[in-house]
Amino acid sequence: MTAYIAKRLLAAIPVILGLSIIVFLVMKLIPGDPAQALLGSYATPENVARINRALGLDRSWPEQYVIWVGNLLQGDFGRSYILNRPVLDEVIERFGATLILAGASLVICSIVGILAGIASAVHQFGWTDRIVTFFVLVGISMPAFFLGLVFILFFAVQWRLLPASGMYAVYGGGDLPDLLRHLILPAGTLAIVATGVVARLTRAAMLEVLRQDFIRTARAKGLSENAVIYRHAFRAALVSVIPVLGIQAGFVLGGAVYIETVFQWPGLGQMLVKAVSTRDLLLVQGGVLVAATVYVLVNLLADVAQAMLDPRLKA
Amino acid sequence: MTQSVTTSPSPNKRRNNWQLLMANRLAAAGLFIFGFILVVAILAPLLPMPNPDITDQPNRLLPPLSQGHLLGTDHLGRDILSRLIWGTQISLIVGVSATALAALFGSLIGLVAGYARGVTDSVLMRFVDMLMAFPYILLAIAIVAALGPGLLNALYAIALVNIPFFARNIRGVTVSIRNREFVDAARLSGKGHASILFTEVLPNVLPVIVITMSTTVGWMILETAGLSFLGLGAQPPTADLGSMLGQARAQLFTAPHASIIPGVMIFALVMSINLLGDGIRDVLDPRLRSGALDRPLSVTRIERQTLPAVALADAPVLVVEHLSTGFANGGAVTPAVRDVSFRLGKGECLGIIGESGSGKSVTALSLMGLVASPPGIITSGAVYIGGQDVLSLRAHELIALRGARVAYVFQDPLTTLHPLFPVATQIAEAVMAHNQVSKRAAHQRALELMETVGIRDAAERARAYPHELSGGQRQRIGIAMALANDPDIIIADEPTTALDVTVQARILELLQDLRRERGLALLLITHDFGVVAQVCDRVAVMKNGEIVEQGDTATILRDPQHDYTRRLIACVPELGEGHAFLDRVRPLFEETRP
Repeated sequence: MTAYIAKRLLAAIPVILGLSIIVFLVMKLIPGDPAQALLGSYATPENVARINRALGLDRSWPEQYVIWVGNLLQGDFGRSYILNRPVLDEVIERFGATLILAGASLVICSIVGILAGIASAVHQFGWTDRIVTFFVLVGISMPAFFLGLVFILFFAVQWRLLPASGMYAVYGGGDLPDLLRHLILPAGTLAIVATGVVARLTRAAMLEVLRQDFIRTARAKGLSENAVIYRHAFRAALVSVIPVLGIQAGFVLGGAVYIETVFQWPGLGQMLVKAVSTRDLLLVQGGVLVAATVYVLVNLLADVAQAMLDPRLKA
Repeated sequence: MTQSVTTSPSPNKRRNNWQLLMANRLAAAGLFIFGFILVVAILAPLLPMPNPDITDQPNRLLPPLSQGHLLGTDHLGRDILSRLIWGTQISLIVGVSATALAALFGSLIGLVAGYARGVTDSVLMRFVDMLMAFPYILLAIAIVAALGPGLLNALYAIALVNIPFFARNIRGVTVSIRNREFVDAARLSGKGHASILFTEVLPNVLPVIVITMSTTVGWMILETAGLSFLGLGAQPPTADLGSMLGQARAQLFTAPHASIIPGVMIFALVMSINLLGDGIRDVLDPRLRSGALDRPLSVTRIERQTLPAVALADAPVLVVEHLSTGFANGGAVTPAVRDVSFRLGKGECLGIIGESGSGKSVTALSLMGLVASPPGIITSGAVYIGGQDVLSLRAHELIALRGARVAYVFQDPLTTLHPLFPVATQIAEAVMAHNQVSKRAAHQRALELMETVGIRDAAERARAYPHELSGGQRQRIGIAMALANDPDIIIADEPTTALDVTVQARILELLQDLRRERGLALLLITHDFGVVAQVCDRVAVMKNGEIVEQGDTATILRDPQHDYTRRLIACVPELGEGHAFLDRVRPLFEETRP
């Protein structure tokens, strides 16, 4: 197992390097000359040349890339000139809040999605299946940012059950129950689409497994239907559900952008949207790179979990 | 766009598919809602509506159903209905354009990578993998950050992040097509690569591209609306549905209608497209129609017109009378086994022999209600185990007999053993299904059984997974599992077919020994008269779902009555016979030639 994990870790390195190249290239898409933009009306040719030399922009792209990655590896993601603080500090602080939100959503979508998917497959074409299928369809067609607003209208404004925004109450908050109260609406909203996807794929995986020969063997042994479905079929279906959960991790990380904006959750997504509108590019670059790296690592975890569940994959 | 999928080439099939699509009420509803939205959006310039951009401060935030403003006005006094229809038009155009762009570039990458293979393939697909390694929307945000907010930039960003999806799908199909005969023929005729790619490969990939587009367009509309909602897409005064929602959000508490109306519109649009897309996919997937994707039930459906006697006095251990099983095919039942009867006594071995499709396996599975159902149905007859008709039992009583009094050994042990459980666990599970014993005791019993069936170093092999064992060892595990509860009857369905000849002989020997030692009744399903001659006391020959001949093995081998039996017997070659075998067999098959 250790060897397998090491192998997967090694394989993740080129992926992360690739991510950094793409982010680097995207930043090179910026129209216009950065020195010109920075200097505004002071952009005399001499000043532009001086700035370009100072920022290393007179070097070739590969050189610039290597210098940039070197800095990243030393923890130097540059400085946000809007917030006037190191990019990495801001990103790490914000990312904590996003991890809580995305993590909670991932837990919700895994549990609810898998249970709904199994129920749906077991009662194929029955009422449970129809109801689940209907909600899945509604879930994956629903704009999460709109659903969030509707939830706020009902749960926070109409019924006053839950807070409408933020991560902690302004006065007297800050403990775990307070955090959980603030977490329910955004995490629930963020989980809706992912839950639909997980339920749909779990249903398909279960139906696929239930047709296999080894399920007939389990029945021929005289196992109860519950043992056949939960012990034999689900165990085999889980192997193909795990990578789906890995993909959903990326989905909730990305979807957090909308939800954090709607619920004023002080996370990375909210930071990114602000940074885009203020054109704080180093902050965008740092935020996207950190989130993408975490996503790669989560998928690596999913790979390892899958190999632990399926001995055939370890080879 | 999405509808074009329903118009498949042959006029006959189109009618058929169209009817199928309409029979799916949800898909039909999706089509009508989407069609309505599409028509209204296209007709926007012709409709008698106020200009969507004219502000009217005194009349701001009017509620729906106000005079002159059916859906009210927004924070600048603009007519919401008019803005909604124009916004829908923009959202549709942007979503469809993004889909088209992603499809164009994604398909191009997929086609080239799948056709060229080698280095080109690796480089292109690694690039695609990199794009996929980003959390979905974040890359789009980075691109918009670089290019600056705006509808067109949002469109490019969404298109780019969806390229991998198309590239991967199309590459997969292209790889499977590039080695087909017609592509080889085109290559040999001297056509260039580009020409082959666009005239031979592309037409065959096109349906996949269209289906992928129809399943992603709803998603793309959602995503572009999302970027506009965040203020990164459409910029004022242009408004799509997302930016309408984003701007109205500030007045959420005082004028919720201004947020809810565009939100519901996005939902209705995307939902209708998804309903339609799912319907189209279902129509085009032939497996869904046949019921082959239906989940098998724990006990086969039993629908007998006449109920036989529930019990039989003085019966041998297994009596099958007038058993018929069929497969549901639409409304009708296609028979697979017709009026089959046989008996099997203690310690006896009956062989059921026939070619594939003769109904022998369905017969074997019917005895314990194990025919995959739906669509399998037992339509008549009785199966007496110890004089009791098991088809009259309740489901849980029948399940209690499985593995206890009647055990199965199946054909290919690689697919019939659970791939993720160690073999001893699977045997122990069979023990525990019918006995109240501890896990440890069951495991101990599993080890004994493994030794009984001739697995050396059983303790060591116990933790192995099926894929780590040889075919012969796997089948021994299957037999050990069948023996777990000392059954009266073992039904072995082609137990040696997947094995090579030497292993086959040893497995048959094992079954013979067990039968003698334990007084087991053995029902052996096979297509090989050599096996029957070696093992069975009696034999029943099946053809087209019926038993055509039944009797002592020796008698039948000596003097087969039925032509079909004669042919089956002749098919067993003898060592050193050479061409003489073919000469001997040929005349027997002459009359069956068309």
